Amino acid sequence: MALYSDKVMDHFTNPRNVGKIEDADGIGEVGNAKCGDIMKIYLKIENDIITDVKFSTFGCGSAIASSSMATELIKGKPISQALELTNKAVAEALDGLPAHKMHCSVLAEEAIRSAIKDYYDKNGIAYDKAKFPDPHDEEEEHNFEEE
Amino acid sequence: MKKIIYADNAATTAMSEKAIKSMLPYLKEIYGNPSSLHTVGQVAKEALDAAREKIAECLNADKREIYFTSGGSEADNQALRSLALNGERKGRKHIISTAFEHHAVLHVLKKLEKEGFEVTYLDVHENGLITGEQVQKAIRPDTAFVTVMYANNEVGTIQPIREIGEVCKKLNVPFHTDAVQAVGHIPVDVKADNIDMLSLSAHKFHGPKGVGALYCRRGIPLNTFIEGGAQENGRRAGTENIGGIVSMSVALKEACAGMQANAQKLVKLRDRLIDGLLKIPHSKLNGDRYERLPSNVNISFEGVEGESLILDLSQRGICVSSGSACTTASLEPSHVLLALGLPHEVAHGSLRLTLSEYNTEEEIDYILQEVPKVVEKWRSCSPFWEDLQTGKRKHFI
Repeated sequence: MALYSDKVMDHFTNPRNVGKIEDADGIGEVGNAKCGDIMKIYLKIENDIITDVKFSTFGCGSAIASSSMATELIKGKPISQALELTNKAVAEALDGLPAHKMHCSVLAEEAIRSAIKDYYDKNGIAYDKAKFPDPHDEEEEHNFEEE
Repeated sequence: MKKIIYADNAATTAMSEKAIKSMLPYLKEIYGNPSSLHTVGQVAKEALDAAREKIAECLNADKREIYFTSGGSEADNQALRSLALNGERKGRKHIISTAFEHHAVLHVLKKLEKEGFEVTYLDVHENGLITGEQVQKAIRPDTAFVTVMYANNEVGTIQPIREIGEVCKKLNVPFHTDAVQAVGHIPVDVKADNIDMLSLSAHKFHGPKGVGALYCRRGIPLNTFIEGGAQENGRRAGTENIGGIVSMSVALKEACAGMQANAQKLVKLRDRLIDGLLKIPHSKLNGDRYERLPSNVNISFEGVEGESLILDLSQRGICVSSGSACTTASLEPSHVLLALGLPHEVAHGSLRLTLSEYNTEEEIDYILQEVPKVVEKWRSCSPFWEDLQTGKRKHFI
C-alpha cells in the first residue's frame, strides 16, 4: 500500500478552499515553522453559520490534505458543529493517515478552534475558556522520540 | 505510463544491463553452494573468488582483505563493532567521528556511548567539510579509532580522506570510512588513502540490492559478525549470495572503467541544475560547491516544505528526495542539514537531486522547468512564506 490514500493525494493535488479572506471574522494559526508545519484558517461567519472558509498551509502532503478536508467539513455548518470536528473525523474522511502523520489532522482541528476563538474574542462573545486551551506556543518544540 | 525521470540515485540506482546479465546464471545453472566439494559447488566457489579479486582490484586492496556482507549498513556495523572491541582490549574507549555520518554509523556510535565509549563528533562546518588537522587535534592516547564518511549521502561533500588517513597512520589510530556513496563514483584507493576499513554497497553503483562488502586491512582483527559457518574466513557465516556478489563485482568494474567519462558528464548536468535552481529567489546550495560528488545537488527553498515538493514533483514524473522531517517517521529534519548549521525551518524545505550517467540533458531541462513552478505553487499557499514576504519573519536565505 502506498503511504497515502487516494483521497489524501486528491486533496493534496487539488486542495479545496486555498487562499485567504481579507475581511475574515476569525483567523486561527497553529503549528510552527521549526516543526515544519503551520496551518492558518480564515472564517467568514454569519448568524453562527460558517459561510466561507479558506486556508493556507506550510507543511507536508498530509498537512495540506488535512487542511483541505477540514475546511470542506465545516463549510456551511453552524459553529457548534465545527467545534465538534475532531482530528479523527478529518483523518477518517481522508480514508486514514499514516500513524506518524496523525498530528497533521490534530493541527487542522486546532486551527479551526483557534479561528472560532478569535471570532468570539473579536465580537465579545462569551465562551468557556477551559474548552479553548492554547494549542501551540510559537517556540514550543514537539517532543517526539526519533525512533 | 508517463515518462519517469529518476533523480534519486543516492537512495538507490537502476541496475546496469551488464550487472543484471551477470547474475542470471547464478539463479539458474550455477546454483551450487561454494562450500560443497563437488563440481556444482566448486564452480560457484570459483565465481566467488573471481568476484572477490575483481572488487579488491577496484579498491587497490588484496582479495584476502575483502569480506562480503548484506550491504553497507552491515559492513558499517561490523567494522565499528570490531574496532571498538579492538580498542577496548587495549583500554582505548574514545572514538572520533562527525555529526553527519549515515545512521548506520551514528546509531552504532550512540550504542557504544551507552556502553561506556566516549565519542568526539567533529564540526563539519557550514560547507560540510572537516580537515585532517581537526582529526589530529582530536586524537588522544585512548582513541580507539576514527570513522569519517568518504562522501556524504545527503549533501555530497567529499572529505579529505587521504589527509585524514595520513594523520591516523602517523598517530597509529585505525581509520574506517563509510564509502558507500563514493565507491564507483570517485577514485578510491585504500593504500594511497591509508584506509584501514571501508564499507561499500552494490546498489549505489548500478549493482543489486542486499549485497555489499567490507574491506579490512590485513593485520587488523575483524570480529565475527554472524556465527555459524566458515564462510568469509569465519568472519561472517551464511551461504554466500553468489549471484549478488558476482553482479556487484561486474557493476563495480563497469563503474570504475567509466568513472572519468561519467564524472565529466555528471558535473556538467549537476552544475546546470545548481545554477538553474539557484535562480529561484531565496534558495541556497547545501554543502561545498566544489568538493562534492559529481551527482549531488541539494538545495533549500525558504518558505516551503520538502515533502510537498517531492509529492508534487513525483506527480510530474520527477523522483527526488528531501531532508524534510515529514519524509521520515520523526519530526526532526535531516541531521545532516542541521549539522551544517541550517535552522530547522530551512532544513524542512530542502530538495536532494542525485543524478546518474543514465540522466540526459533533456531531463535536466524538464527538471529546471518544473521545480520553479512547484516551489512557486507551494509558496503561494504557505503562511510561512507570507510572513517572510510581509516582513513578519526574517529571511535566513
